[in-house]
Amino acid sequence: MAKTLYDKLWDAHLVAQREDGTSLLYIDRQLIHEVTSPQAFEGLKLNGRKLWRRSASKATPDHNVPTLDREKGLSGIEDKVAKLQVTTLDENCKEFEIEQFDILDKRQGIVHVVGPEQGITLPGMTVVCGDSHTSTHGALGALAMGIGTSEVEHVLATQCLVATKQKNMRINLNGALPEGVFAKDLTLTIIGKIGTAGGTGYAIEYSGDCISDLSMEGRMTVCNMAIEAGSRAGMIAFDETTMTYVKGRPYSPKDSEWDMAINQWKNLHSDPEANFDKEIQIDVSNLKPQVTWGTSPEMVIDIDSAIPPPRNESEKLALDYMGLHEGMKIEDIKLDQIFIGSCTNSRIEDLRVASSIVKGNKVSRNIKRAIVVPGSGLVDQQAKKEGLDQIFTEAGFEWRSPGCSMCLGMNPDQISEGQHCASTSNRNFEGRQGYKGRTHLVSPATAAASALSGNFVDPRGTSI
Amino acid sequence: MNEYTIHQAKMLPLDRANIDTDQIIPKQFLKSIKKSGFGPNLFDSWRYLDTGYPGQDNSTRPLNDDFVMNKKRFLGSEVLIARDNFGCGSSREHAVWALQDSGIKSVIAPSFADIFFNNCFKNGLLAIEVSNEVIEILFKLSESDNIVNIDLENQALLDINEKLISNFEIEPFRKKCVLEGLDDIGISLQYSQEIKKFEERLKQNSPWIFR
Repeated sequence: MAKTLYDKLWDAHLVAQREDGTSLLYIDRQLIHEVTSPQAFEGLKLNGRKLWRRSASKATPDHNVPTLDREKGLSGIEDKVAKLQVTTLDENCKEFEIEQFDILDKRQGIVHVVGPEQGITLPGMTVVCGDSHTSTHGALGALAMGIGTSEVEHVLATQCLVATKQKNMRINLNGALPEGVFAKDLTLTIIGKIGTAGGTGYAIEYSGDCISDLSMEGRMTVCNMAIEAGSRAGMIAFDETTMTYVKGRPYSPKDSEWDMAINQWKNLHSDPEANFDKEIQIDVSNLKPQVTWGTSPEMVIDIDSAIPPPRNESEKLALDYMGLHEGMKIEDIKLDQIFIGSCTNSRIEDLRVASSIVKGNKVSRNIKRAIVVPGSGLVDQQAKKEGLDQIFTEAGFEWRSPGCSMCLGMNPDQISEGQHCASTSNRNFEGRQGYKGRTHLVSPATAAASALSGNFVDPRGTSI
Repeated sequence: MNEYTIHQAKMLPLDRANIDTDQIIPKQFLKSIKKSGFGPNLFDSWRYLDTGYPGQDNSTRPLNDDFVMNKKRFLGSEVLIARDNFGCGSSREHAVWALQDSGIKSVIAPSFADIFFNNCFKNGLLAIEVSNEVIEILFKLSESDNIVNIDLENQALLDINEKLISNFEIEPFRKKCVLEGLDDIGISLQYSQEIKKFEERLKQNSPWIFR
């Protein structure tokens, strides 16, 4: 029978059907960070249970780590509670002999940047992490899902996830993205179209010639926000682009194993006759840069338009929270902070695009702070090699050390009450970036162009 | 425990769609390495007028009197009712722990986000999906006597006079989880032989996974 990519990944990892009707799905890789793992390790210890397979898990601290004074390591974390979480991860990794890229390791970074970058997450794998943006890894042709802490503990103890199969959805994206319009605009458009619950209960496969043309970085940006459309897993078929990206990474297969792997991976696509429970078509050739105006990623519009009248109570509350009103032009919103970073947009390609706009210009005097936070130590290294850090700092941006940073402000990087921030992250929820802070989700190009003028600017008019 | 009835429970009506887990428990409280103590910070930024931080004395903080949780008639509520897509966003299980720590035993909404829904049942928090019509009835009730009875065994919601409001669907396994408080890991470990066998084959076919 013809199968979808999701069907194939599911079937290849199905271990057993439990008596209760749920399935045991084998998990190839678990990524671990400091925030959602301590209670899972504690659970293992309290019940005297062993770790099932040591090599399956890889860890790195990312949510809490400060992005300043990184060379100080643990002693650079001033928040005692945050520090305890990071040291607890150190201790758990030591006790259970789990490989960790710790706070001082040059490979440390956001789990969803580090995984693909190291070849720790690969095509055909099942990947889980106690973080909803695990969907990112689906870009490699993997089944990657965010899970809760009880599930983290379950995977540590059994190497399996108790799961129920989702339905299949395919989003076909056809046409070529116009200049100045990027993967982020694409993924925001999808969420605006299907809503934040549109993908609930589905595994989403993104396909079409627009997806084929996207770089791996762009594909990761698209899959990263599958969860913002309600879907635990977003994925993209394996192709030449995937193969080129994966080859030669530290944990990728080599020599004869590489040939074995390619032989398996080339089958990671939906069969032509495969059936999807839901299909959506989007022509991308007329897409415009997107900006969110509210407190949910689905509250999003074209950068050159005006805020629409609220359609319900939630939208009314959102406008009130954002201090905006119906009819106001997006380009008239004054900005206070700029954040370029997060597991959505902190890869080298994102920094290259943003720096090309920033180069030779200055951040507007209205902007109180503009920061760039590379996704990992290796992205940081590469950017420095290309001189990108200098371009940003000369323009007035601050160049920081890797971590989740202002995406959720668990570390000191936060926006203040009432401030508007153009952010390349993934969630514009109330208070997400700081108490009563106002987040607008945009692409790195839009964030960079807007930093220069102090209000939203269409990056299509700037030289990229 | 083989009978699970939430008897004469007060409802906490949160008339909003897309309530995300960042609202349920804001990020600054996720730094704890424990599963308990999140209750006082449930809905922190809606509930208090100041900014909360971990370890502070919550009893002296200024309350937002407009927020339902702070209204006298809703104190001690055990059943939270809300609109579509409850629990969306971050996977933080702390959201479930915070609800339970505040005495919430059940959440009723027309739809839930997947990860949150799973997290509920891993902890024995009963998440019930009902139609928009039923949630409307419950919101109406919250304005009058504000009482609901939940009979899980018979999958029924009843009013103060034990008159049926509606039945509800729940997967048999999830029902069992709440009724019996199953040891999920223990059940899966009964399949150890199958897991080992699967793993042996995987090692042959895809050795790079074991690096």
